[in-house]
Amino acid sequence: MPLFYALFFALLLIQPAQADISDSSLEKALPLLLEKDFSIKAQAIEQITQSGDPKAKAILEAMLAGQLFYHKKDKRIVFLKKIDNNYHMTHVLSNEDLGVIKKRKVKKIAINNQLRSQLRTAIAGLSLGHQDPAVRLEAINQMLNNLEAEQASIIKTYFEKETDSRVKDVMHIALSLTQLKQDDPEQQLQALEQLKANLHPSVRNRLRQLVEDEHTDAQVKQVASSYLNAIETKTYWYGWLETLFFGLSAGSVLVLAAIGLAITFGVMGVINMAHGELIMIGAYTTYVIQQLLPDFIEISLFIAIPAAFLVSGMVGIIIQQGVIRFLNGRPLETLLATFGVSLILQQAVRSIFSPLNRSVETPVWMSGSIEINSVLSLTLNRLYIIAFCLIVFAALYFILKKTSLGLQVRAVSQNRQMARAMGIRSEWVDAMTFGLGAGVAGVAGVALSQLTNVGPNLGQAYIIDSFMVVVFGGVGNLWGTLVGGLSLGVANKLLEPWSGAVLAKILVLVFIILFIQKHPRGLFPQKGRAVDNG
Amino acid sequence: MNSTMKHALIGMSTALSLSMMNILYAAEDTIKVGVLHSLSGTMAISETTLKDTMLMLIEEQNKKGGLLGKQLEAVVVDPASNWPLFAEKARELIEKEKVAATFGCWTSVSRKSVLPVFEELNSLLFYPVQYEGEESSKNVFYTGAAPNQQAIPAVDYLMNTVNVKRWVLAGTDYVYPRTTNKILESYLKGKGVAEADIMINYTPFGHSDWQSIVSDIKKFGSTGKKTAVVSTINGDANVPFYKELGNQGISAEDIPVVAFSVGEEELSGIDTKPLVGHLAAWNYFMSVDVPANDAFIESWHSFIKNEDRVSNDPMEAHFIGFNMWVKAVEKAGSTDPEAVGKAIIGITAPNLTGGKSVMLANHHISKPVLIGEIQDDGQFETVWQTEGLVEGDAWSDFLEGSKDLLSDWTGAKTGGKPCGHYNTQTKSCSGQD
Repeated sequence: MPLFYALFFALLLIQPAQADISDSSLEKALPLLLEKDFSIKAQAIEQITQSGDPKAKAILEAMLAGQLFYHKKDKRIVFLKKIDNNYHMTHVLSNEDLGVIKKRKVKKIAINNQLRSQLRTAIAGLSLGHQDPAVRLEAINQMLNNLEAEQASIIKTYFEKETDSRVKDVMHIALSLTQLKQDDPEQQLQALEQLKANLHPSVRNRLRQLVEDEHTDAQVKQVASSYLNAIETKTYWYGWLETLFFGLSAGSVLVLAAIGLAITFGVMGVINMAHGELIMIGAYTTYVIQQLLPDFIEISLFIAIPAAFLVSGMVGIIIQQGVIRFLNGRPLETLLATFGVSLILQQAVRSIFSPLNRSVETPVWMSGSIEINSVLSLTLNRLYIIAFCLIVFAALYFILKKTSLGLQVRAVSQNRQMARAMGIRSEWVDAMTFGLGAGVAGVAGVALSQLTNVGPNLGQAYIIDSFMVVVFGGVGNLWGTLVGGLSLGVANKLLEPWSGAVLAKILVLVFIILFIQKHPRGLFPQKGRAVDNG
Repeated sequence: MNSTMKHALIGMSTALSLSMMNILYAAEDTIKVGVLHSLSGTMAISETTLKDTMLMLIEEQNKKGGLLGKQLEAVVVDPASNWPLFAEKARELIEKEKVAATFGCWTSVSRKSVLPVFEELNSLLFYPVQYEGEESSKNVFYTGAAPNQQAIPAVDYLMNTVNVKRWVLAGTDYVYPRTTNKILESYLKGKGVAEADIMINYTPFGHSDWQSIVSDIKKFGSTGKKTAVVSTINGDANVPFYKELGNQGISAEDIPVVAFSVGEEELSGIDTKPLVGHLAAWNYFMSVDVPANDAFIESWHSFIKNEDRVSNDPMEAHFIGFNMWVKAVEKAGSTDPEAVGKAIIGITAPNLTGGKSVMLANHHISKPVLIGEIQDDGQFETVWQTEGLVEGDAWSDFLEGSKDLLSDWTGAKTGGKPCGHYNTQTKSCSGQD
């Protein structure tokens, strides 16, 4: 019942304000923000926006950022900022410093999605004159989402003054869209001409509405539908480009996960079921590095790459020296023993870090996407991972082909007896090769920590895929792993929209089984005597 | 990395000695309570917390003087996220340990796996997780949400308050999402949503490459009609999903995602920045500001000795379920499953959101439904909740073949004979009775 009275009272308060908006001032609207009902808050925001008060923008921005609080006792609304573990209050209107307060004494002014969206649009309207072109661009893009006819005049005044070409372009679309909303066919045709080849979704939707609307002028309808077709065709082709990008990035994740295995399984012939756990250890190394250096999140990945290589490499060498060495030439026993090792590593991680997933932060430079145009944007983390995959591949290729370690590795894998006779310490080479493969798996873990969960089960998710890629590409051939991984990624993504993710995976597996039946040695079979020796 | 192994060894030996201690403490005059939650394997992430919750509840009950003058004793087993092993461990708990009741399981597969064991040996199971409904066993008490206590109210909220017109039903490919989405699809169509405005998508367990699906959702949502995603995506697959949404520039204001499997515990392991504003529907949030919840969180923190641990919905379900069982045992004056099963129907116990839940005749309980938006601190801000409590419905009213069914273990509505699968059209009971 008290709530009902509060609401009733609040409504009474709003009534006069609505009747005479010019009278609505900031001070009057502020108390309404304390109401629990989000629709009352929405009206308060509306009033604050229209108050024309220079302080309005700061208040709305603080509200959006979750920095607007109220004192639980005296209901004062304050900005709350955390400085050195203390919460400082400042008065919203006078900006006067009100000193430090315990966080439990104040409560955040809660907002929900509708309010967030309303706040963004309101701030956008107030930001069209901002100094930074990026802010203006975001502002006008925001306005495009819910464009009202009355906003045309505001946009027009800013359009004249605008200097940045990208912002001008979007403002142009906005203006043309408002022009298109008028009933005059002459005006509409003019606007259509301006919007001809524009890929922005709001343009497409407006055109579609025009075409579907019965009241549209016949000529306008015809023009709109031909433009709509052109846009749809373009969008369709960009869709294919996007799928290709998705495929390549999915493929490069596969290559990264498999490339360490290409060395341990491909070159050395060891079936290492703990390969996935070596990836997991690399991912956990990233987590530990971020915990140790909380102020260097932006560069943490660059520290994590060598660290993960060393940690996983060391674990790999321990596994090789402690287990695999004694099972030389007994693949089934190696398989079982390394499977056991993988379980031990998983449970070890559960005991040390808890079974819960760990949160690895994504550096700012890796989040977001590059927008090529309105229908095609490439996500940055995926782009970096494609590049990273190619770098790792190149480095590994260089090590195997151009260094003396690489030469010895190849010699031992081709003919162990002969290599020993030539003075190569085959035991040492085995340990180093396995360490190298394990280290690369760790590096892959750093990349995966940016894409997926860092938890004890991380490795299991990738072990099957890794073996699949290596076998498909051709055992013992790095190029095979690269081409195999990328093509499986692309095939998967091409199938996915058509068959769904579950069936796509099955189809790819079926394809590989059939392929292996026909070409048992994979895409790029190893040639030469080594093949006969196994 | 040697230290890793050392830690692991220490961990293992403590685990061993702990289980030894359990045996040593097993005095003659105790009531044994089974705790059947995975402590290793994939599900350990969620279930370990529930095991700790049970230990806490039992410890508190013992401090209050136990039950029927006896001390309670927890018997913890580890089914290791392995569904057949759940059945074996359940049998071990009932036949060998002679537990009075068992609290446990997570995922419907594990529950379906133990169900025949509990029915055969006539013992009681309390299942604390939300599930797809379409089941009512004499031996199982479902303290988590049925679809009408989670999914349907969430869709109502989106439809009426957010004005959503286009729907993406995205889920992991197994029984709970499939059944829930079938119910939702039929519910949405009943509300006049066109076939073309519903997109259904299933992905494998642990799916991590969401690029094309998120891109499809983006296209689906760019037609100008308000679009929302109803997510029954399970477990680990959620984090890459939300990350991809963020990277492709879809915010909660554009296309909100309402999830039924993302709670405080899941959020504590991830970077919540890309998730702010997305929604979840549960019957409990840690942020609910009532004295009962404060007290619960306080005792949880002091029991687990870590102020940073969160509480979540399935923990509340165990809290309610355990207290109901305690009251039922006191009412029946014995721990005999038959007597307790009869006594527990109609028993009320306080929930942690300020109300009182009641055990219904269909072995489900009444709960409030809360919709919360994810905040940057990993907590939920309640934006909507049902007026009162919602009664759990075992058989959905929106599925062909199940809308005529009802469950009543008192027999009042099922022709005098208790039945979990009573057809109101043919007036007959099929299955277990």
